[in-house]
Amino acid sequence: MILQVKDLITRFYSVDGVVYALNGVNFALNAGETLAVVGESGSGKSVTMMSLLGLIPQPPGKIEGGQAFLFENDKPQDLLKLSERQVRRVRGGQIGFIFQDPISSLNPTMTIGKQIAESMIEHLSLSQSDARKRTVDLLKEVGIADADRRFDSYPHEFSGGMRQRVMIAIAVACQPRIVIADEPTTALDVTVQAQIIELIQRLQKQLGIAVIWITHDLAVVASMADRVLVMYGGTVVEDALVEDLFDNPQHPYTIGLLKAIPGATGLGEERLESIEGSPPDLLRELTSCPFAPRCQFVFDQCWAKLPPLISVTKHHRAACFYDVENEIPRKEVEHG
Amino acid sequence: MAVAQQPVSLGDDEYEEQGAWQRLAYIGRLLRRDRGGMIGSVLFVLIVLTAMFAPVIAPHDPLKQNLRAAKQPPAWTEEGTWEYPLGTDNLGRDMFSRIIYGTRVSLTVGFFGVLIACMLGLISGLVAGYRGGTIDNVLMSIINLFLAIPYLVIVVVIASILGRSLFIVILIFGITDSPLFARVTRGEVLRIRQSGYVESARSAGASNFRIQFDHILPNLIGPLITLATFEMSAMIFYEAGLGFLGLSVPPSVPSWGNMLAQGRKYLDIYPWIAIYPGIAIAITALSFNLLGDWLRDVLDPRLRRSR
Amino acid sequence: MADNNVLVRVKNLKKFFPIKQGVIFNRQTIQVKAVNDVSFEIKQGETLSLVGESGCGKSTTGRAVLQLHKPTSGQVLYEDQDLTTLSEGELRALRPKIQMIFQDSIASLNPRHSVRKIIGEPLVIHNVGTAKTIHNRVVELMELVGLNPKWMKRFPHEFSGGQRQRINIARALALNPSFVVCDEPISALDVSIQAQVVNLLKDLQQQLGLTYLFIAHDLSMVQYLSDRVAVMYLGKVMELADKRTLFSDPLHPYTQSLMSAVPLPQPKLERKRKRIILQGEVPSPSNAPSGCVFHTRCPLAIDRCTTDVPEYRQIHLGHSVACHLVDDQQSSIIPTRLNSK
Repeated sequence: MILQVKDLITRFYSVDGVVYALNGVNFALNAGETLAVVGESGSGKSVTMMSLLGLIPQPPGKIEGGQAFLFENDKPQDLLKLSERQVRRVRGGQIGFIFQDPISSLNPTMTIGKQIAESMIEHLSLSQSDARKRTVDLLKEVGIADADRRFDSYPHEFSGGMRQRVMIAIAVACQPRIVIADEPTTALDVTVQAQIIELIQRLQKQLGIAVIWITHDLAVVASMADRVLVMYGGTVVEDALVEDLFDNPQHPYTIGLLKAIPGATGLGEERLESIEGSPPDLLRELTSCPFAPRCQFVFDQCWAKLPPLISVTKHHRAACFYDVENEIPRKEVEHG
Repeated sequence: MAVAQQPVSLGDDEYEEQGAWQRLAYIGRLLRRDRGGMIGSVLFVLIVLTAMFAPVIAPHDPLKQNLRAAKQPPAWTEEGTWEYPLGTDNLGRDMFSRIIYGTRVSLTVGFFGVLIACMLGLISGLVAGYRGGTIDNVLMSIINLFLAIPYLVIVVVIASILGRSLFIVILIFGITDSPLFARVTRGEVLRIRQSGYVESARSAGASNFRIQFDHILPNLIGPLITLATFEMSAMIFYEAGLGFLGLSVPPSVPSWGNMLAQGRKYLDIYPWIAIYPGIAIAITALSFNLLGDWLRDVLDPRLRRSR
Repeated sequence: MADNNVLVRVKNLKKFFPIKQGVIFNRQTIQVKAVNDVSFEIKQGETLSLVGESGCGKSTTGRAVLQLHKPTSGQVLYEDQDLTTLSEGELRALRPKIQMIFQDSIASLNPRHSVRKIIGEPLVIHNVGTAKTIHNRVVELMELVGLNPKWMKRFPHEFSGGQRQRINIARALALNPSFVVCDEPISALDVSIQAQVVNLLKDLQQQLGLTYLFIAHDLSMVQYLSDRVAVMYLGKVMELADKRTLFSDPLHPYTQSLMSAVPLPQPKLERKRKRIILQGEVPSPSNAPSGCVFHTRCPLAIDRCTTDVPEYRQIHLGHSVACHLVDDQQSSIIPTRLNSK
């Protein structure tokens, strides 16, 4: 285990009232694994990662509770308690990140080589010439042809897929242990998406990095994840190994989601089953299960309190009081 | 920011039509988050009320001379009296009353000047932006020409030819400022014309007239009100400047610019005659600028939810 | 006419956008061939999908069909009436029959108009009925697309993405159109909402007998809606076939790699599946390759592909391909070469 997040609570104080963005998020990340975080807009998947990296604008945002331990030689270090300077060292050092939109996260007035070398000089205290050499190697590694010359190119001279490769190079430049990728392929074409997925997986194996992959696309999850977190309404509703999640989903939201996406079965002659209703209103404090208003298995307990993550099997937890398979309420043994 | 994209899913029944009070409360909440906007709008309201109720507030007739009481210093100095809180000018007129009446002149110039500029600019900008092509090129050339000539020079020339009257000052300001409104309008029109809802209206078969008046015009109001606020502040400044040069309203009218001009002669001995109108101008301009800054952020419906 | 069921017939449609290059001196105009010689037919009551990556011209095609972009050349026949020759007034009169649903649901709704005004606007434009009948029609439409009519006084920003797309659909249906172009209506929506909207579009088609031109970049959703699918690349149709044929027996190397690139939500299958991963990205349409536009990325390209433009021709009944490698008689040879991995 290299990262453990406990009861993370983040809120935004907006004009329209308090936005309850995260309502107690729990998860752990093991070394070298690919953890996919799946959820719709407003589920809190991006806010979770931004909270960890100290990227929440404050105000209006505020992290109101929880811990996030980053383990180094089994020494835990709470990311949420670090000073601004310490967080900056972790960010781009031990934790690299890749954003959805590379063009807005690259500095348009600086050559891409300099942007990569910069972080190496800062985090790894390399000399100018060493950093340049390493950068050129890295650019080659991420599949940029003619890397020596491209070192001096500016972001606008690259295509969308190439820019994302540059972002990946920046993310892994300082030999991080964790890379957080926030919808890295959403803005790309499918054929390019396949290239980028392949690249990240290859680098992950080579460098032994753990990857947190945020996405809304379950098909992408199926193709590359080891473990999956499903998020809804600012909470984790299911945490399972990827095969378990697709073969044996436990939370009604996950079950509904899998039925709502095409391609899981057949050639699409039949109807898709949709989840009726809309995502929860985050302007209201969560006191019950966030999925209850849309859930077909809802019963009185669901309205009484927020369900914790309950263990189903050793590596499978779901935040639901109802055992859909056996059609009985679940015994509540809270996972430690 | 992530929160900006949150869909608000309101329940079926709890939704009520937003009444005037709720809207006011909402504006109140928006104001509380922005100190500048708060100060700006409070000052703005005070200034407008001052102008409206000038005869009630002013303790003296601003035109009445009293040479025996001339050049009295403000009340808090040793020789001052509360009879004349801000002292008197060289002819013994009450400074306080004159400043209060001066608000009227400044606001009138600012309001009507901007109104004329906005109307002219809106029409030419809308036509140029929407029609495009040759009309656009011709109109924009004229506008750029106008913008290239130093503002004040035109004003001085016209004012010295046509003489001094409030009406002429307003007209000059309105015409010389209209290119700015035209440019902003044109830019916005070009943007809105490309927007999804205009395309959607066209695919529904809407006429050009309908698109311009029903879709583009309402979306111009926000940016234009913001610009108008800044321009009012600028016009109040320019009016004072013209007054100082003796080119604005006739000297008998109590305008801040005229007062400044009169005070200039006595700046070393009786500084208050020039200082207080100067402060009035500064406060007014500041309040309009603060208000404009705030309006720019608030009037954009796309930004509203993220604040 | 061979087929009387055809509602829309597109013939050799071209849409070029001129772009000026160079600064002050050496100014030259180049043509961006967004849509380059596209032909297809849409039968009454069916759904034809246009699929492709960004820059393939699918959206431009949709807009050119509806004359929202004036085509550079070619014909668009709607019930044997050539839309490209109509005057603006004649076109406006025809608008009620041909409608469009836009991708970006928030951008295509005027932020300052209430839902009632948005949905009722087409009725007002075409002078259909009185204020009262328009009101009733708006209520009816909102119910039809699954919106609570109580919400009609609200403004677009008060709705979620899926609800906004329903507003868009209601507006497009206000005048009882027979032909609707859907421009990526679901790609901006959340997964659980996409299925809602796809089902709604399907139901409406059945209830109202609509004919759709459905534009998408996502092959997986397309199979739920389409009868036939056209795959586009850089302004050209590469392959067109009925859905079953296209998904089970794709002939064009691009179609095959596109399908291979789309991940399936089945982890066990995904682990085993070998992918065809295309190299590079879609070239800019302002500088399209010579010969077959796909040859720069095609894993099977031969010399001929770089020089000769492949003819877009029918291989079997209802299955057309533009590829030199597809043999008229033994069309199945090529796909096995690519799929055998």
